[in-house]
Amino acid sequence: MAQATSPPDAAPGEDARARRHSTDAAGLGRVRAALFTAPALALIAVFLVFPALWVLYLGLTTYRLTGADAAEPQFVGLDNFVEALWDPAFWDSTWLTVEFVLGSAVVGQVGLGFTIAWLLRDRRGPLKRLVEGLVILAWILPSAVVSFLWVALLDRDSGTLNALLGIPGFPWLLDHPMLSIVVFNTWRGTAFSMMLYGAALGNVPPSHLESARLAGATGWQQLRDVVFPHIKGHVLTNLLLISLWTFNDFTPFMLTAGGPDGRSEVLAVHVYKVAVQSGELGYGAALSTIILLINLVVAVFYLRLLRSKR
Amino acid sequence: MIRFVLGRIGFYALVAVVLAFFTLPLLWLVTAPFTADPTYEVRVPLPGGGRGDGGTAAFTWDNFRAVLEHPYALPSLYNSVLLSAGTAALVVLLAALAAYALSRVRLPGRDALLYVLLLLSSIITGTAAIVPLFQLAVELDLIDSRLGLVLILTGGLLPAAIFMLKDFMDSTPKSYEESARVFGASPLQIVRHVVVPLVRPGLATIAVWAVANVWGNFLMPYLLLSDVEKQPAAVITYTLYTEGGQANLRLLSTFGLLYSVPVVLMYLFVSKKYGFRFHGGIKR
Repeated sequence: MAQATSPPDAAPGEDARARRHSTDAAGLGRVRAALFTAPALALIAVFLVFPALWVLYLGLTTYRLTGADAAEPQFVGLDNFVEALWDPAFWDSTWLTVEFVLGSAVVGQVGLGFTIAWLLRDRRGPLKRLVEGLVILAWILPSAVVSFLWVALLDRDSGTLNALLGIPGFPWLLDHPMLSIVVFNTWRGTAFSMMLYGAALGNVPPSHLESARLAGATGWQQLRDVVFPHIKGHVLTNLLLISLWTFNDFTPFMLTAGGPDGRSEVLAVHVYKVAVQSGELGYGAALSTIILLINLVVAVFYLRLLRSKR
Repeated sequence: MIRFVLGRIGFYALVAVVLAFFTLPLLWLVTAPFTADPTYEVRVPLPGGGRGDGGTAAFTWDNFRAVLEHPYALPSLYNSVLLSAGTAALVVLLAALAAYALSRVRLPGRDALLYVLLLLSSIITGTAAIVPLFQLAVELDLIDSRLGLVLILTGGLLPAAIFMLKDFMDSTPKSYEESARVFGASPLQIVRHVVVPLVRPGLATIAVWAVANVWGNFLMPYLLLSDVEKQPAAVITYTLYTEGGQANLRLLSTFGLLYSVPVVLMYLFVSKKYGFRFHGGIKR
């Protein structure tokens, strides 16, 4: 029961002291609460907020890794942004990123994660532990290792996949680079959604499901009318987190390096190529700012949906 | 009855597909390190195998010997342990304090702040901020400093950790804290003796999550540590990959296995002892 345990929102006209007592159970008070949060906020301010603001500034300059602009970058205002918006490579990259997020996070990880959680919801014992263990393994192994495992799996001449399908020589990473990184990222990240939905399904009161079943609801109707309303909040929070994570994920670089011909160059890889490989730090920072804005739009979209459910 | 049987068949078929999908890529990691002269092909290492018959290869320990002889392989694992343990400890401590305060006391703008930080962290920890982070590290004299790297990694992980822990704390009952308070316990005592035991599975989950994150992080140590003796396993794996322009599959597969085992052991230990889950999930 998600709602029952969380503190009720401030009801107008309610006695303020009683409300404080109900939320601040340990008698922390605002001063101690601020002290508790201060160390975390300090680190975040120095190593997260400051670099973010610095990116905003760099995006307005011609800063480069080498040459005259490395020593004395020129302030050029919004030129970098205009350049990006006129650059077809930027739009290709944006479109690929949308495909990557929709395919691997929204469809792949959420779909598969929910399916596994739903299949195993009433189960205990070795089968559940085995499935969950393997899914989590894919999630916790170092990305340097898993990306190489997938290079081996998809290898055209001696990879396991081609051996199983009986099509030796089929170049997955060259012919279907987007499909490869979408399936890879689904494999890599399903664990988070699976665990989250596992916990969420535990919150659905069994009596509600029972009465739906007695009333003759099919499995699909139970999902839609009983389960989904209970876990809607979880679904949206989960979508928000994994969309942002996937949007900024750099791991595809280790599989395809953005290629061939930029056909799997998602924005995170595009920024790396522009900023680090070509040394155009100012332009790269402007791209980062645009990514930040897109992420902001995505986040606001989800948060609006979340609010509208209440 | 027929529906029941079909349902069972469907269930096991689906589970089998899921199991195959998640097992297949891992096969290479558990076979290649034990085979003489490994290729990308998955072959079962057998003593006396690999004589022309498909699917098997000669079993050997030589690859492990080669990794042991590599000057930076084992030290890099030690560096990874230092970095991830330090970061995880700091993340859990600071995130727990902040999440508890945010969960129990209504600070103005709390939710907006959390979402903004979460948003920033997911972007800034990626490639976007490598330039300013590098400049910052130079200014603060944190290049080649493990402590500096730990602080930077902690800053990046904290927002998501606070976000996840706060939901965990929201879903724990407050009645214990209230009764402890009636008996005169101070807030810090309440946190240590009442709250921490209640949310221990959450703390364990965040610790595992933080360790796994740092353990696999390549970009930040690559950027901020130039001393090869301080570099963690992620960076060393990359150097094996590019050694001489071609991947050294013997070293790469074996080192990959050694590099993976600690996180797997840690996960098994934590999930056995505390349970690895999102208690009550993430709400709102």
